[in-house]
Amino acid sequence: MAVKRTYEEINEKIRKGQAVVVTAEEVIGLVEEKGYTRAAQEIDVVTTGTFGPMCSSGVMINFGHSNPRIKMKRVWLNGVEAYGGLAAVDAYIGATQLPDNDPENKVYPGKFTYGGGHVIHDLVARKPLRLEAISYGTDCYPRKKLETVITLDDVNEAYLFNPRNAYQNYNCAVNLGDRTIYTYMGVLKPRMGNASYSTSGQLSPLLNDPYYRTTGIGTRIFLGGGVGYVAWYGTQHHPNVPRGENGVPLTGAGTLAVIGDLKQMSPEWLVGASFIGYGATLFVGIGVPIPILDEEMLRYTAVKDEEIFCPVVDYSEGYPYCKPNDLGSVNYRDLRSGRVNILGKEVPTTPMSSYPRARKIAQILKEWIQSGRFEITCPVQPLPSADADIVFRSIPERGVNDLNNRR
Amino acid sequence: MVKNRVVCYFSASQSEQPIIFRLARDYDLVINIIKADINPQKEGYLVVELSGDKQSYENGLNYLRDLGVRVEPLSQTVVWHEDVCIQCGACTSFCPTGALVITDRETMEVTFDNEKCIVCAMCLDCCPTRAVELHFEVA
Repeated sequence: MAVKRTYEEINEKIRKGQAVVVTAEEVIGLVEEKGYTRAAQEIDVVTTGTFGPMCSSGVMINFGHSNPRIKMKRVWLNGVEAYGGLAAVDAYIGATQLPDNDPENKVYPGKFTYGGGHVIHDLVARKPLRLEAISYGTDCYPRKKLETVITLDDVNEAYLFNPRNAYQNYNCAVNLGDRTIYTYMGVLKPRMGNASYSTSGQLSPLLNDPYYRTTGIGTRIFLGGGVGYVAWYGTQHHPNVPRGENGVPLTGAGTLAVIGDLKQMSPEWLVGASFIGYGATLFVGIGVPIPILDEEMLRYTAVKDEEIFCPVVDYSEGYPYCKPNDLGSVNYRDLRSGRVNILGKEVPTTPMSSYPRARKIAQILKEWIQSGRFEITCPVQPLPSADADIVFRSIPERGVNDLNNRR
Repeated sequence: MVKNRVVCYFSASQSEQPIIFRLARDYDLVINIIKADINPQKEGYLVVELSGDKQSYENGLNYLRDLGVRVEPLSQTVVWHEDVCIQCGACTSFCPTGALVITDRETMEVTFDNEKCIVCAMCLDCCPTRAVELHFEVA
Protein backbone atom coordinates (compact mmCIF):
# COMPACT_ATOMS: atom_id res chain seq x y z
CA MET A 1 0.00 0.00 0.00
CA ALA A 2 1.62 3.23 -1.16
CA VAL A 3 1.94 5.80 1.57
CA LYS A 4 -0.22 8.94 1.44
CA ARG A 5 -0.33 11.68 4.05
CA THR A 6 -2.18 14.95 4.24
CA TYR A 7 -0.85 18.15 5.75
CA GLU A 8 -3.50 17.87 8.47
CA GLU A 9 -2.51 14.31 9.37
CA ILE A 10 1.11 15.37 9.70
CA ASN A 11 0.15 18.35 11.85
CA GLU A 12 -1.94 16.10 14.07
CA LYS A 13 1.19 14.01 14.71
CA ILE A 14 3.26 17.18 15.29
CA ARG A 15 0.74 18.38 17.89
CA LYS A 16 0.96 15.05 19.67
CA GLY A 17 4.75 15.17 19.55
CA GLN A 18 4.79 11.98 17.47
CA ALA A 19 6.00 13.27 14.12
CA VAL A 20 9.06 11.58 12.68
CA VAL A 21 11.32 14.36 11.46
CA VAL A 22 14.76 14.00 9.88
CA THR A 23 17.08 16.41 8.11
CA ALA A 24 17.75 16.32 4.37
CA GLU A 25 21.14 14.84 5.21
CA GLU A 26 19.85 12.16 7.57
CA VAL A 27 17.21 11.04 5.08
CA ILE A 28 19.93 9.93 2.66
CA GLY A 29 21.31 7.38 5.11
CA LEU A 30 17.82 6.20 6.06
CA VAL A 31 16.90 5.55 2.45
CA GLU A 32 20.12 3.62 1.90
CA GLU A 33 19.32 1.53 4.96
CA LYS A 34 15.58 0.97 4.46
CA GLY A 35 14.78 1.75 0.85
CA TYR A 36 12.37 4.39 -0.43
CA THR A 37 9.13 2.64 0.43
CA ARG A 38 9.87 1.88 4.06
CA ALA A 39 11.53 5.25 4.65
CA ALA A 40 8.47 6.97 3.15
CA GLN A 41 6.21 5.03 5.51
CA GLU A 42 8.21 6.12 8.53
CA ILE A 43 9.18 9.73 7.86
CA ASP A 44 6.66 12.57 8.14
CA VAL A 45 8.81 15.62 7.53
CA VAL A 46 12.28 16.32 6.11
CA THR A 47 13.94 19.59 7.09
CA THR A 48 16.30 21.58 4.86
CA GLY A 49 18.63 24.50 5.45
CA THR A 50 20.78 27.08 3.74
CA PHE A 51 22.95 29.92 5.00
CA GLY A 52 24.44 32.01 2.25
CA PRO A 53 24.93 35.55 1.03
CA MET A 54 21.56 36.74 -0.31
CA CYS A 55 21.77 40.26 -1.70
CA SER A 56 18.09 40.64 -2.47
CA SER A 57 17.15 41.08 1.18
CA GLY A 58 16.00 43.96 3.31
CA VAL A 59 13.87 45.16 6.19
CA MET A 60 10.68 47.21 6.09
CA ILE A 61 10.50 49.50 9.11
CA ASN A 62 7.85 51.77 10.56
CA PHE A 63 9.69 54.07 12.96
CA GLY A 64 6.64 55.57 14.67
CA HIS A 65 6.03 59.31 14.63
CA SER A 66 8.11 62.10 16.09
CA ASN A 67 6.70 65.27 17.66
CA PRO A 68 6.35 67.42 15.65
CA ARG A 69 5.74 64.90 12.90
CA ILE A 70 8.05 64.41 9.92
CA LYS A 71 7.37 62.96 6.48
CA MET A 72 10.74 61.37 5.88
CA LYS A 73 11.98 62.21 2.39
CA ARG A 74 15.40 60.71 2.89
CA VAL A 75 16.32 58.52 5.83
CA TRP A 76 19.57 56.94 7.06
CA LEU A 77 20.42 54.27 9.61
CA ASN A 78 24.05 54.47 10.77
CA GLY A 79 24.72 56.56 7.67
CA VAL A 80 23.26 53.97 5.28
CA GLU A 81 20.27 55.25 3.35
CA ALA A 82 16.95 53.44 3.48
CA TYR A 83 14.32 53.95 0.79
CA GLY A 84 11.78 56.43 2.13
CA GLY A 85 9.49 56.86 -0.86
CA LEU A 86 6.58 55.45 1.11
CA ALA A 87 4.30 56.81 3.81
CA ALA A 88 5.72 59.32 6.31
CA VAL A 89 7.70 57.05 8.63
CA ASP A 90 7.94 53.85 6.60
CA ALA A 91 11.29 52.92 5.05
CA TYR A 92 12.99 49.91 3.49
CA ILE A 93 16.65 49.25 4.19
CA GLY A 94 18.28 47.05 1.56
CA ALA A 95 21.18 44.67 2.25
CA THR A 96 23.56 46.06 -0.38
CA GLN A 97 23.04 49.77 0.31
CA LEU A 98 26.29 51.60 1.11
CA PRO A 99 26.95 54.72 3.20
CA ASP A 100 26.82 57.92 1.09
CA ASN A 101 30.53 58.55 1.66
CA ASP A 102 31.76 54.99 1.07
CA PRO A 103 34.93 54.98 -1.08
CA GLU A 104 33.43 52.04 -3.02
CA ASN A 105 35.92 50.87 -5.65
CA LYS A 106 37.76 54.17 -5.93
CA VAL A 107 40.68 52.46 -4.26
CA TYR A 108 40.33 49.08 -5.91
CA PRO A 109 39.41 46.60 -4.59
CA GLY A 110 37.12 48.39 -2.11
CA LYS A 111 36.58 46.96 1.35
CA PHE A 112 32.85 47.66 1.81
CA THR A 113 33.24 47.36 5.55
CA TYR A 114 29.72 48.53 6.39
CA GLY A 115 26.44 48.51 4.47
CA GLY A 116 22.76 47.67 4.66
CA GLY A 117 23.45 44.04 5.61
CA HIS A 118 25.48 45.24 8.61
CA VAL A 119 22.69 47.66 9.58
CA ILE A 120 20.22 44.76 9.58
CA HIS A 121 22.68 42.64 11.59
CA ASP A 122 23.06 45.45 14.17
CA LEU A 123 19.33 46.10 14.22
CA VAL A 124 18.45 42.47 14.95
CA ALA A 125 21.28 42.37 17.54
CA ARG A 126 19.37 45.21 19.25
CA LYS A 127 22.32 47.58 19.04
CA PRO A 128 21.53 51.31 19.13
CA LEU A 129 21.46 52.79 15.62
CA ARG A 130 21.76 56.43 14.55
CA LEU A 131 18.56 57.46 12.76
CA GLU A 132 18.64 60.57 10.58
CA ALA A 133 15.90 61.91 8.35
CA ILE A 134 15.27 65.04 6.33
CA SER A 135 12.14 66.43 4.73
CA TYR A 136 10.70 69.55 3.14
CA GLY A 137 7.93 70.15 5.68
CA THR A 138 4.20 70.12 5.09
CA ASP A 139 1.26 71.48 7.03
CA CYS A 140 0.59 68.05 8.51
CA TYR A 141 4.28 67.05 8.81
CA PRO A 142 6.10 70.27 9.68
CA ARG A 143 9.41 68.83 10.88
CA LYS A 144 12.33 69.05 8.43
CA LYS A 145 15.13 67.29 10.25
CA LEU A 146 15.42 64.45 12.72
CA GLU A 147 18.46 62.94 14.38
CA THR A 148 18.19 60.37 17.13
CA VAL A 149 19.26 56.95 18.32
CA ILE A 150 16.92 53.96 18.13
CA THR A 151 16.92 50.21 18.68
CA LEU A 152 14.74 47.48 17.24
CA ASP A 153 12.52 47.68 20.33
CA ASP A 154 11.70 51.34 19.63
CA VAL A 155 10.13 50.83 16.20
CA ASN A 156 6.55 49.78 15.55
CA GLU A 157 7.12 47.12 12.94
CA ALA A 158 10.26 45.70 11.42
CA TYR A 159 9.84 42.83 9.05
CA LEU A 160 12.37 41.15 6.88
CA PHE A 161 11.11 41.05 3.33
CA ASN A 162 13.54 39.49 0.91
CA PRO A 163 12.48 39.60 -2.74
CA ARG A 164 14.85 36.82 -3.81
CA ASN A 165 16.34 34.17 -1.53
CA ALA A 166 17.11 30.47 -1.50
CA TYR A 167 18.14 30.23 -5.15
CA GLN A 168 17.52 26.73 -6.43
CA ASN A 169 21.01 25.85 -7.64
CA TYR A 170 23.61 28.38 -8.76
CA ASN A 171 26.67 28.84 -10.95
CA CYS A 172 30.10 27.58 -10.07
CA ALA A 173 32.30 30.62 -10.69
CA VAL A 174 35.79 30.64 -12.22
CA ASN A 175 38.07 33.28 -13.70
CA LEU A 176 39.61 32.55 -17.10
CA GLY A 177 41.34 35.92 -17.25
CA ASP A 178 44.88 36.67 -16.19
CA ARG A 179 44.27 38.95 -13.21
CA THR A 180 42.52 38.37 -9.87
CA ILE A 181 38.91 39.50 -9.96
CA TYR A 182 36.58 40.47 -7.11
CA THR A 183 33.01 39.29 -7.55
CA TYR A 184 29.84 38.51 -5.64
CA MET A 185 31.10 34.93 -5.79
CA GLY A 186 34.20 36.01 -3.85
CA VAL A 187 37.78 36.49 -4.93
CA LEU A 188 38.54 34.54 -8.11
CA LYS A 189 42.16 33.81 -8.88
CA PRO A 190 43.38 34.13 -12.48
CA ARG A 191 43.64 31.25 -14.93
CA MET A 192 41.02 29.23 -13.09
CA GLY A 193 42.99 29.32 -9.81
CA ASN A 194 39.85 28.51 -7.84
CA ALA A 195 36.19 27.72 -8.35
CA SER A 196 33.61 29.18 -6.01
CA TYR A 197 30.12 27.87 -5.40
CA SER A 198 27.24 28.90 -3.19
CA THR A 199 24.59 26.44 -2.16
CA SER A 200 24.15 23.89 0.56
CA GLY A 201 23.54 21.18 -2.08
CA GLN A 202 21.72 18.18 -0.66
CA LEU A 203 20.55 20.31 2.30
CA SER A 204 19.24 23.19 0.20
CA PRO A 205 15.46 23.86 0.37
CA LEU A 206 14.51 23.99 -3.31
CA LEU A 207 16.93 21.23 -4.34
CA ASN A 208 14.88 18.94 -2.09
CA ASP A 209 11.56 20.02 -3.58
CA PRO A 210 12.58 20.50 -7.20
CA TYR A 211 9.07 21.05 -8.59
CA TYR A 212 7.84 23.12 -5.59
CA ARG A 213 5.20 20.51 -4.79
CA THR A 214 5.03 21.41 -1.10
CA THR A 215 6.84 24.77 -1.01
CA GLY A 216 4.49 27.52 -2.13
CA ILE A 217 2.94 30.81 -1.17
CA GLY A 218 2.17 30.76 2.54
CA THR A 219 4.62 28.01 3.48
CA ARG A 220 5.88 28.53 7.03
CA ILE A 221 9.68 28.41 7.22
CA PHE A 222 12.73 29.02 9.42
CA LEU A 223 13.86 32.54 8.56
CA GLY A 224 16.78 34.35 10.18
CA GLY A 225 16.47 32.33 13.37
CA GLY A 226 12.73 32.94 13.70
CA VAL A 227 9.57 31.96 11.90
CA GLY A 228 8.86 33.37 8.44
CA TYR A 229 6.76 32.61 5.41
CA VAL A 230 7.13 32.24 1.67
CA ALA A 231 5.46 35.43 0.41
CA TRP A 232 5.64 34.89 -3.32
CA TYR A 233 7.95 33.36 -5.89
CA GLY A 234 11.23 35.25 -5.82
CA THR A 235 12.41 37.67 -8.47
CA GLN A 236 14.11 35.91 -11.41
CA HIS A 237 12.09 32.75 -10.57
CA HIS A 238 12.69 30.74 -13.73
CA PRO A 239 11.52 27.18 -13.21
CA ASN A 240 11.38 26.12 -16.87
CA VAL A 241 15.08 25.35 -17.27
CA PRO A 242 16.79 22.07 -18.20
CA ARG A 243 16.52 19.49 -15.43
CA GLY A 244 18.13 16.17 -14.64
CA GLU A 245 16.19 12.89 -14.50
CA ASN A 246 15.68 13.48 -10.78
CA GLY A 247 13.93 16.77 -11.56
CA VAL A 248 16.76 18.88 -10.15
CA PRO A 249 17.50 21.94 -12.31
CA LEU A 250 20.92 21.91 -13.96
CA THR A 251 21.28 25.67 -13.52
CA GLY A 252 19.83 28.47 -11.39
CA ALA A 253 16.04 28.10 -11.44
CA GLY A 254 13.40 28.75 -8.78
CA THR A 255 13.68 31.40 -6.07
CA LEU A 256 11.63 32.45 -3.05
CA ALA A 257 10.43 35.79 -1.77
CA VAL A 258 10.25 35.44 2.01
CA ILE A 259 8.85 37.51 4.84
CA GLY A 260 8.93 37.44 8.63
CA ASP A 261 8.91 39.53 11.79
CA LEU A 262 12.48 40.72 12.44
CA LYS A 263 11.80 41.19 16.15
CA GLN A 264 11.81 37.43 16.74
CA MET A 265 14.90 36.76 14.59
CA SER A 266 18.51 36.51 15.71
CA PRO A 267 21.86 38.08 14.74
CA GLU A 268 23.29 34.56 14.50
CA TRP A 269 21.19 33.91 11.39
CA LEU A 270 21.25 37.34 9.74
CA VAL A 271 24.89 38.34 9.35
CA GLY A 272 26.20 41.41 7.54
CA ALA A 273 28.98 40.66 5.07
CA SER A 274 31.57 42.49 2.98
CA PHE A 275 32.69 41.18 -0.39
CA ILE A 276 35.97 42.82 -1.26
CA GLY A 277 35.78 44.72 -4.54
CA TYR A 278 32.06 43.97 -4.81
CA GLY A 279 29.97 45.35 -1.97
CA ALA A 280 28.05 44.71 1.20
CA THR A 281 25.39 42.04 1.61
CA LEU A 282 23.61 39.86 4.13
CA PHE A 283 23.98 36.18 4.98
CA VAL A 284 20.46 34.82 5.51
CA GLY A 285 19.53 31.56 7.19
CA ILE A 286 16.54 29.77 5.70
CA GLY A 287 15.07 26.35 6.42
CA VAL A 288 12.05 24.88 4.70
CA PRO A 289 10.19 21.83 6.03
CA ILE A 290 9.15 19.30 3.43
CA PRO A 291 6.17 17.14 4.32
CA ILE A 292 6.48 13.59 3.02
CA LEU A 293 3.04 13.42 1.42
CA ASP A 294 4.01 10.32 -0.54
CA GLU A 295 6.98 8.32 -1.76
CA GLU A 296 7.61 10.79 -4.57
CA MET A 297 8.35 13.55 -2.05
CA LEU A 298 10.66 11.24 -0.16
CA ARG A 299 12.58 10.49 -3.34
CA TYR A 300 13.08 14.19 -3.92
CA THR A 301 14.37 14.79 -0.40
CA ALA A 302 16.81 11.87 -0.63
CA VAL A 303 18.79 13.68 -3.33
CA LYS A 304 22.57 13.52 -2.80
CA ASP A 305 25.32 16.02 -3.56
CA GLU A 306 26.63 13.84 -6.39
CA GLU A 307 23.23 14.00 -8.11
CA ILE A 308 23.13 17.80 -8.19
CA PHE A 309 24.98 19.52 -11.01
CA CYS A 310 25.69 23.17 -11.67
CA PRO A 311 27.20 24.97 -14.65
CA VAL A 312 30.73 26.37 -14.53
CA VAL A 313 30.67 30.03 -15.53
CA ASP A 314 33.57 32.36 -16.32
CA TYR A 315 33.29 35.63 -14.38
CA SER A 316 36.11 37.44 -16.19
CA GLU A 317 34.19 37.78 -19.47
CA GLY A 318 31.42 35.21 -19.74
CA TYR A 319 29.20 36.53 -16.93
CA PRO A 320 29.85 40.30 -17.09
CA TYR A 321 29.53 40.51 -20.86
CA CYS A 322 26.88 37.81 -21.22
CA LYS A 323 29.08 35.66 -23.45
CA PRO A 324 27.95 32.07 -23.48
CA ASN A 325 30.94 29.80 -22.93
CA ASP A 326 30.45 26.11 -22.24
CA LEU A 327 32.79 25.09 -19.44
CA GLY A 328 30.76 22.01 -18.56
CA SER A 329 29.18 21.26 -15.23
CA VAL A 330 30.30 19.89 -11.88
CA ASN A 331 28.51 18.16 -9.02
CA TYR A 332 28.35 19.18 -5.38
CA ARG A 333 30.13 16.13 -4.02
CA ASP A 334 33.21 17.13 -5.99
CA LEU A 335 32.80 20.80 -5.08
CA ARG A 336 32.58 19.88 -1.41
CA SER A 337 35.64 17.64 -1.64
CA GLY A 338 37.84 20.71 -2.02
CA ARG A 339 39.00 20.00 -5.58
CA VAL A 340 37.10 19.76 -8.79
CA ASN A 341 38.03 18.87 -12.33
CA ILE A 342 37.20 21.55 -14.90
CA LEU A 343 38.30 21.08 -18.50
CA GLY A 344 40.93 18.60 -17.33
CA LYS A 345 42.38 20.90 -14.67
CA GLU A 346 42.27 20.24 -10.92
CA VAL A 347 40.87 23.39 -9.36
CA PRO A 348 40.59 24.14 -5.61
CA THR A 349 37.04 25.01 -4.58
CA THR A 350 35.88 28.02 -2.59
CA PRO A 351 32.58 27.58 -0.75
CA MET A 352 30.61 30.81 -0.23
CA SER A 353 27.61 29.35 1.55
CA SER A 354 28.10 27.81 5.00
CA TYR A 355 27.44 24.07 5.02
CA PRO A 356 27.85 23.66 8.82
CA ARG A 357 25.36 26.49 9.39
CA ALA A 358 22.92 24.99 6.86
CA ARG A 359 23.10 21.71 8.74
CA LYS A 360 22.43 23.50 12.02
CA ILE A 361 19.34 25.21 10.56
CA ALA A 362 17.92 21.88 9.39
CA GLN A 363 18.61 20.53 12.87
CA ILE A 364 16.93 23.45 14.65
CA LEU A 365 13.87 23.26 12.40
CA LYS A 366 13.70 19.52 13.07
CA GLU A 367 13.69 20.19 16.82
CA TRP A 368 11.00 22.85 16.47
CA ILE A 369 8.74 20.43 14.63
CA GLN A 370 9.47 17.53 16.98
CA SER A 371 8.65 19.67 19.99
CA GLY A 372 5.29 20.65 18.49
CA ARG A 373 6.01 24.38 18.30
CA PHE A 374 6.17 24.53 14.49
CA GLU A 375 3.42 23.15 12.26
CA ILE A 376 3.69 22.69 8.52
CA THR A 377 1.49 24.56 6.07
CA CYS A 378 -0.32 23.68 2.88
CA PRO A 379 0.55 26.39 0.32
CA VAL A 380 -2.22 28.88 -0.39
CA GLN A 381 -1.08 28.90 -4.00
CA PRO A 382 1.65 26.88 -5.72
CA LEU A 383 4.68 28.56 -7.28
CA PRO A 384 5.00 28.44 -11.07
CA SER A 385 6.79 25.16 -11.81
CA ALA A 386 8.66 23.46 -14.65
CA ASP A 387 5.63 23.63 -16.96
CA ALA A 388 5.47 27.42 -16.67
CA ASP A 389 6.16 29.59 -19.66
CA ILE A 390 8.41 32.18 -18.06
CA VAL A 391 10.84 34.13 -20.22
CA PHE A 392 14.06 35.28 -18.56
CA ARG A 393 14.20 38.86 -19.78
CA SER A 394 17.04 41.32 -20.23
CA ILE A 395 16.83 45.11 -20.29
CA PRO A 396 16.17 46.44 -23.78
CA GLU A 397 18.52 49.31 -24.59
CA ARG A 398 16.67 51.71 -26.82
CA GLY A 399 17.83 55.03 -28.21
CA VAL A 400 16.06 58.27 -27.32
CA ASN A 401 14.74 58.41 -30.89
CA ASP A 402 12.76 55.24 -30.34
CA LEU A 403 10.93 57.00 -27.53
CA ASN A 404 10.26 60.10 -29.63
CA ASN A 405 8.97 58.05 -32.55
CA ARG A 406 6.39 56.42 -30.34
CA ARG A 407 4.87 59.66 -29.13
CA MET B 1 70.79 27.69 13.18
CA VAL B 2 68.42 30.46 14.10
CA LYS B 3 65.05 31.00 12.45
CA ASN B 4 62.89 33.89 13.51
CA ARG B 5 60.09 36.05 12.25
CA VAL B 6 60.61 39.75 12.77
CA VAL B 7 58.90 43.01 11.83
CA CYS B 8 61.20 45.71 10.50
CA TYR B 9 59.87 49.25 10.60
CA PHE B 10 61.79 51.66 8.41
CA SER B 11 61.72 55.34 7.47
CA ALA B 12 61.75 56.97 4.05
CA SER B 13 65.53 57.25 3.81
CA GLN B 14 65.99 53.61 4.78
CA SER B 15 63.45 52.38 2.28
CA GLU B 16 65.72 53.49 -0.55
CA GLN B 17 68.56 51.21 0.50
CA PRO B 18 68.97 47.62 -0.69
CA ILE B 19 68.63 46.23 2.83
CA ILE B 20 67.39 42.78 1.90
CA PHE B 21 70.10 42.34 -0.68
CA ARG B 22 72.82 43.18 1.88
CA LEU B 23 71.30 40.90 4.48
CA ALA B 24 71.47 38.06 2.01
CA ARG B 25 74.87 38.79 0.50
CA ASP B 26 76.86 40.19 3.40
CA TYR B 27 75.26 38.28 6.26
CA ASP B 28 74.39 35.05 4.49
CA LEU B 29 70.82 34.96 5.76
CA VAL B 30 67.92 33.17 4.13
CA ILE B 31 65.14 35.73 3.87
CA ASN B 32 61.48 34.98 3.30
CA ILE B 33 59.44 38.15 2.92
CA ILE B 34 56.02 37.38 4.35
CA LYS B 35 54.47 40.79 4.04
CA ALA B 36 55.63 44.24 3.12
CA ASP B 37 54.02 47.62 2.85
CA ILE B 38 55.32 51.07 2.02
CA ASN B 39 53.05 54.07 2.37
CA PRO B 40 53.09 57.07 -0.01
CA GLN B 41 55.53 58.81 2.35
CA LYS B 42 57.88 55.88 1.72
CA GLU B 43 57.77 54.69 5.32
CA GLY B 44 56.89 51.11 5.80
CA TYR B 45 57.38 47.74 7.36
CA LEU B 46 58.56 44.32 6.39
CA VAL B 47 57.54 41.07 7.98
CA VAL B 48 60.36 38.65 7.27
CA GLU B 49 61.48 35.25 8.31
CA LEU B 50 65.25 35.25 8.78
CA SER B 51 67.30 32.12 9.09
CA GLY B 52 71.03 31.52 9.26
CA ASP B 53 73.69 30.55 11.77
CA LYS B 54 73.54 32.29 15.11
CA GLN B 55 76.45 34.68 14.54
CA SER B 56 75.23 35.76 11.07
CA TYR B 57 71.76 36.29 12.45
CA GLU B 58 73.06 38.54 15.26
CA ASN B 59 75.31 40.45 12.85
CA GLY B 60 72.44 40.90 10.40
CA LEU B 61 70.15 42.24 13.09
CA ASN B 62 72.89 44.60 14.32
CA TYR B 63 73.34 45.85 10.76
CA LEU B 64 69.62 46.65 10.59
CA ARG B 65 69.66 48.39 13.97
CA ASP B 66 72.73 50.42 13.04
CA LEU B 67 70.85 51.68 10.01
CA GLY B 68 68.07 52.82 12.32
CA VAL B 69 65.58 50.16 11.28
CA ARG B 70 63.40 49.18 14.25
CA VAL B 71 63.40 45.41 14.52
CA GLU B 72 60.83 43.66 16.64
CA PRO B 73 60.11 39.98 17.01
CA LEU B 74 56.79 38.84 15.69
CA SER B 75 54.35 36.51 17.32
CA GLN B 76 50.74 35.41 16.84
CA THR B 77 49.82 37.71 14.06
CA VAL B 78 46.61 36.45 12.54
CA VAL B 79 43.70 36.23 14.93
CA TRP B 80 40.73 34.11 13.95
CA HIS B 81 37.54 35.13 15.72
CA GLU B 82 35.66 31.88 15.91
CA ASP B 83 32.50 33.60 17.14
CA VAL B 84 32.43 35.91 14.10
CA CYS B 85 33.28 33.14 11.63
CA ILE B 86 30.19 31.75 9.90
CA GLN B 87 32.02 28.66 8.64
CA CYS B 88 31.58 29.32 4.93
CA GLY B 89 35.09 28.08 4.23
CA ALA B 90 36.01 30.68 1.59
CA CYS B 91 39.37 31.31 3.29
CA THR B 92 40.46 27.69 3.03
CA SER B 93 41.11 27.81 -0.70
CA PHE B 94 43.31 30.88 -0.28
CA CYS B 95 45.36 29.85 2.74
CA PRO B 96 48.65 28.58 1.23
CA THR B 97 49.77 26.59 4.27
CA GLY B 98 46.51 25.00 5.36
CA ALA B 99 46.41 26.98 8.61
CA LEU B 100 42.78 27.78 7.89
CA VAL B 101 41.47 24.44 6.72
CA ILE B 102 38.44 22.20 6.35
CA THR B 103 39.84 18.88 7.54
CA ASP B 104 36.60 16.95 7.67
CA ARG B 105 34.71 17.26 4.39
CA GLU B 106 31.64 15.67 5.99
CA THR B 107 31.13 18.42 8.55
CA MET B 108 32.83 21.13 6.42
CA GLU B 109 33.94 22.91 9.60
CA VAL B 110 36.75 25.44 9.39
CA THR B 111 39.61 25.34 11.89
CA PHE B 112 42.66 27.55 12.36
CA ASP B 113 46.14 26.38 13.33
CA ASN B 114 48.24 29.37 14.30
CA GLU B 115 51.45 27.32 14.08
CA LYS B 116 51.01 26.92 10.34
CA CYS B 117 50.11 30.55 9.66
CA ILE B 118 52.71 32.56 7.72
CA VAL B 119 50.77 35.84 7.94
CA CYS B 120 50.31 36.27 4.22
CA ALA B 121 46.94 37.89 5.02
CA MET B 122 45.17 36.34 2.02
CA CYS B 123 42.34 35.32 4.36
CA LEU B 124 41.67 38.92 5.36
CA ASP B 125 40.46 39.89 1.92
CA CYS B 126 38.33 36.89 1.17
CA CYS B 127 36.52 36.60 4.53
CA PRO B 128 33.01 38.06 4.11
CA THR B 129 32.41 38.55 7.83
CA ARG B 130 35.94 39.79 8.57
CA ALA B 131 36.47 37.05 11.11
CA VAL B 132 40.25 37.16 10.65
CA GLU B 133 42.31 40.08 11.84
CA LEU B 134 45.93 40.99 11.55
CA HIS B 135 47.59 41.74 14.87
CA PHE B 136 51.16 42.83 15.18
CA GLU B 137 51.86 41.51 18.61
CA VAL B 138 55.46 41.96 19.56
CA ALA B 139 56.99 39.72 22.14
